[in-house]
Amino acid sequence: MSALEQGAGLEPDVVEPRVRRPLRIAELWLLVLAVTAGVGAFALVGIGVHDSLPDHFWRESAALAGLALVAHVVVRVKAPFADQTILPAVVLLNGLGLAMILRIQESGARGAAGADVVRNTQWSALGVVLACLVIWFLKDHRALRKLTYTAMFSSLVLLVLPLVPGIGLRVRGAQIWISIAGFTMQPAEFVKITLVIFFAGYLVSNRDTLALAGPKVLGLQLPRIRDLGPLALVWIASLGVLVFQRDLGTSLLVFGIFVAMLYLATERFSWVLIGMVMFAGGAVVAAQAFSHVGQRMTGWLHAFDPAVFNARGGSGQLVGGLFGMANGGMVGTGWGRGFPYLVPFSFSDFIYTSLAEELGLTGMLAILMVFLIFVERGLRTAITVRDGFGKLLAGGLAFTVALQTFVVVGGVTRLIPLTGLTLPFMAQGGSSLLSNWIIAALLIVISNNARRPSALPMRGQVGQGRIVPDAGAAAEVTSPSTAATQVITPDLTQDGDR
Amino acid sequence: MNTTLRRLSAVIMVMFLGLMVATTYTQFLRADQLNRDPRNVRSIFREFNVARGPIVVAGQPIVESVPVDTPFGFQRVYAGGDAEKAQMYAPVTGFFSLVNGSTAVESAANSFLNGQADALWVDRLQNLLTGRKTQGSSVELTIDPAVQQAAWDALGGQRGAVVAVEPKTGRILAMVSKPSYDPNVLAVHSTGQAGQAYQDLLNAENDPLINRTIGALYPPGSTFKIVTAAAALEKGGLTPDSVIPAPVTFRLPGTSTDLPNFGGAACSPTGEQTLTDALRISCNTAFAGLAVSLGGDAIRETAEQFGFGDPFQVPMRSAVSRYPAAEGFTDDRVALSGIGQGDVTSTPLQMAMVSAAIANHGTLMQPYLIDTIRDPDLEVVQRTEPQAIRDAVSRTTADELRDMMVATVETGSGTAAQIPGVQVAGKTGTAQTAPGVAPHAWFTAFAPADDPQVAIAVIVEHGGDLAQGATGGRLAAPIARAVLQAALNR
Repeated sequence: MSALEQGAGLEPDVVEPRVRRPLRIAELWLLVLAVTAGVGAFALVGIGVHDSLPDHFWRESAALAGLALVAHVVVRVKAPFADQTILPAVVLLNGLGLAMILRIQESGARGAAGADVVRNTQWSALGVVLACLVIWFLKDHRALRKLTYTAMFSSLVLLVLPLVPGIGLRVRGAQIWISIAGFTMQPAEFVKITLVIFFAGYLVSNRDTLALAGPKVLGLQLPRIRDLGPLALVWIASLGVLVFQRDLGTSLLVFGIFVAMLYLATERFSWVLIGMVMFAGGAVVAAQAFSHVGQRMTGWLHAFDPAVFNARGGSGQLVGGLFGMANGGMVGTGWGRGFPYLVPFSFSDFIYTSLAEELGLTGMLAILMVFLIFVERGLRTAITVRDGFGKLLAGGLAFTVALQTFVVVGGVTRLIPLTGLTLPFMAQGGSSLLSNWIIAALLIVISNNARRPSALPMRGQVGQGRIVPDAGAAAEVTSPSTAATQVITPDLTQDGDR
Repeated sequence: MNTTLRRLSAVIMVMFLGLMVATTYTQFLRADQLNRDPRNVRSIFREFNVARGPIVVAGQPIVESVPVDTPFGFQRVYAGGDAEKAQMYAPVTGFFSLVNGSTAVESAANSFLNGQADALWVDRLQNLLTGRKTQGSSVELTIDPAVQQAAWDALGGQRGAVVAVEPKTGRILAMVSKPSYDPNVLAVHSTGQAGQAYQDLLNAENDPLINRTIGALYPPGSTFKIVTAAAALEKGGLTPDSVIPAPVTFRLPGTSTDLPNFGGAACSPTGEQTLTDALRISCNTAFAGLAVSLGGDAIRETAEQFGFGDPFQVPMRSAVSRYPAAEGFTDDRVALSGIGQGDVTSTPLQMAMVSAAIANHGTLMQPYLIDTIRDPDLEVVQRTEPQAIRDAVSRTTADELRDMMVATVETGSGTAAQIPGVQVAGKTGTAQTAPGVAPHAWFTAFAPADDPQVAIAVIVEHGGDLAQGATGGRLAAPIARAVLQAALNR
């Protein structure tokens, strides 16, 4: 079938691809906007709290602008075709987060003693540097596929580290920290990345067995018992984290990532169902077996009950955050004009309610939109990239950020039970900043590959003649570059905005 | 995998939609409810962290918010921290406290003082645009500091209350209640100290937290005879010169109890006298008999014309003065009500308003404390205009009552209220409360009689310094005179 017979709307079988106009100028302007928002927030914090610009305002502003500019130049040189919205979105979120940490610190309130904007700025800078290094040296994300089993091993080590005597630290009941040579970090933050790499590498090789072998019950393709192995392993691992480290957030995150990536790879909804049933079962058992899980459930369901509100470990913090959000209302109190520091950990776990109080509903909807843009650009990258590993990697990383945001924001807004996780890019925490900047860098690298003009034939067109009933079979992968040859159903080839 | 990626993308959209809905629910739909939650200390912080407007008397702030270096940002200071002066104004200003809430003008004018009143939206819009912090409006009171001070001094160490009103407008010139309290001790930012201070005041003898001028109900005693006399003139067809029975004792109808006159004296050698004379010497038997012949309904209607049965909003809400209900109201109780005993109760403000209405040719004005509200730029936001409530009695009746009250001060029971060169109209009251307990001493008056500038009610509880020897004429009238003089000299 020739292109003419198909109608003028379709492209010919082999094309010189449209050379995408690099959108680096757009990125630069978006960066200017993001930096302006961050610097403006710094200024307003100083004016709101002290009626003057904060100390070292110009130095800090120049540093922020400088970092953004360096990142921009690195992207321009090393990833010229990368998505132009990822970097500005991250700079905006990071800048606003730092401004709020500064604001909490400046309040001088008793509960704000832990806020340390200088240290967190250093972590942000380190995050930018790490991201630049990733972009500079990782030309092709497919190189990571070779690290599949290294990543698995690293994940297990990172998960277990906090339990190792002498390194592990117990903070607020949860054993999720390690301390090496005076540096403390949360290894779980990096587990996200290594696990996604491992899952992407493992699943891209084994997706067919997982997807196709097994009995069909009530129209539902069930996996074979022995293929349930990895699922059970991760289920046990996440329950293990929950039990031994008392870390609800990480176990939820690990499990969610695994289920989502299984679904992405196998296209079998049955995995999602099985995963959800297993997680729900585990959660119910955990809620009854472990007091801290049960406490969180009670604090969620009966937050306004006076007994729960006043109880130690009760809902006081959660409800305090809701009070803060209510105080913010539609347009917020303005930077430095609210009382976010009344809530414990207003600069880390509860930074969302702190921002909500001072920026209001309008500000929070904007921030959520920026998160959503970041995540959806990651997913768009996954759809566009040609190799299965890249699709799983980008999809997995984007979903990680989405799920973590959902768990944190859903927790403090009482949509779901409260769990301890950091809001990506915004909450205070070195490990979190580093890991999320690395995620952003990986997405930039993948999107650069995805959008790089390719002289290859447009595969979807070539395959018009032989529509294979199951896309999975056609996508049998030998080399990553041919992974994109999966024969897509015709309506998808119409999608001009790849 | 693109299909599943698209589906995952849709799921993420739904997740974020959930977050947006949850945020909107908390910050918009449920915000009011959360802001009102008593456990929400933010509402207190929000109140405390604004430059709350001052309360001003005669151009001088008597309550101010002073910037301090605590998380609250501002400290409310009463009368510059002068405890005595702060106590003098406490019944008017009330207090504004972290743990104990707020009272009086601090509470009644709260939305103006904290700058959140609807009328201030232009200011708030300006603040929003210019980034200026919200500043409260100043509230200027009608209180005259000289009159307030005179009343405070004249009451001395006695328990009681004085309230002075401008009859033509209803402006409250003085509002003093003793014992009082220092609002400064309640405004401290230490919740422990403020809570303790409040408990101490609650447990203190003689209820210093009560504003006796509007918050306490007393038997009005003989001052109520003005109302009975008004009923006689308006509804009983009598004139000031009508002669009515004035026996030595009056047998309460349906009982075996005899009501005597004060000290058991005879009101007149003939056993009858004119209405004017009966009021002038405050003859109990004459008014008891008059009340029975008028009937409870006629007196109640007249009393309600003067404001009994309704609270005054000054803007604080006063206690409701009561003339007894018709049901089960037997003639013996009617007889007692005619002399302000039995079941009649009144606030000092109510009796002052009775005098004020008579002074104002029968028209009862709305009493008020807040004169002007000005925003931080000194623009007038709100000014209280004098407002008539109703004509309590006809002009003729008012003038007749005025003359009878003038006679009371000139040659009757109220001679202690005489002021040289000024014609004072007044009425004494000595209200029995319980057997063996010293009576409340009352006096209500206005002056000058021909062009009234000020109306007043004074009560000294349980005989004050004179104990059992107290009468309204001996104890309350001199206080009234001092306050009237201060008001006339201003």
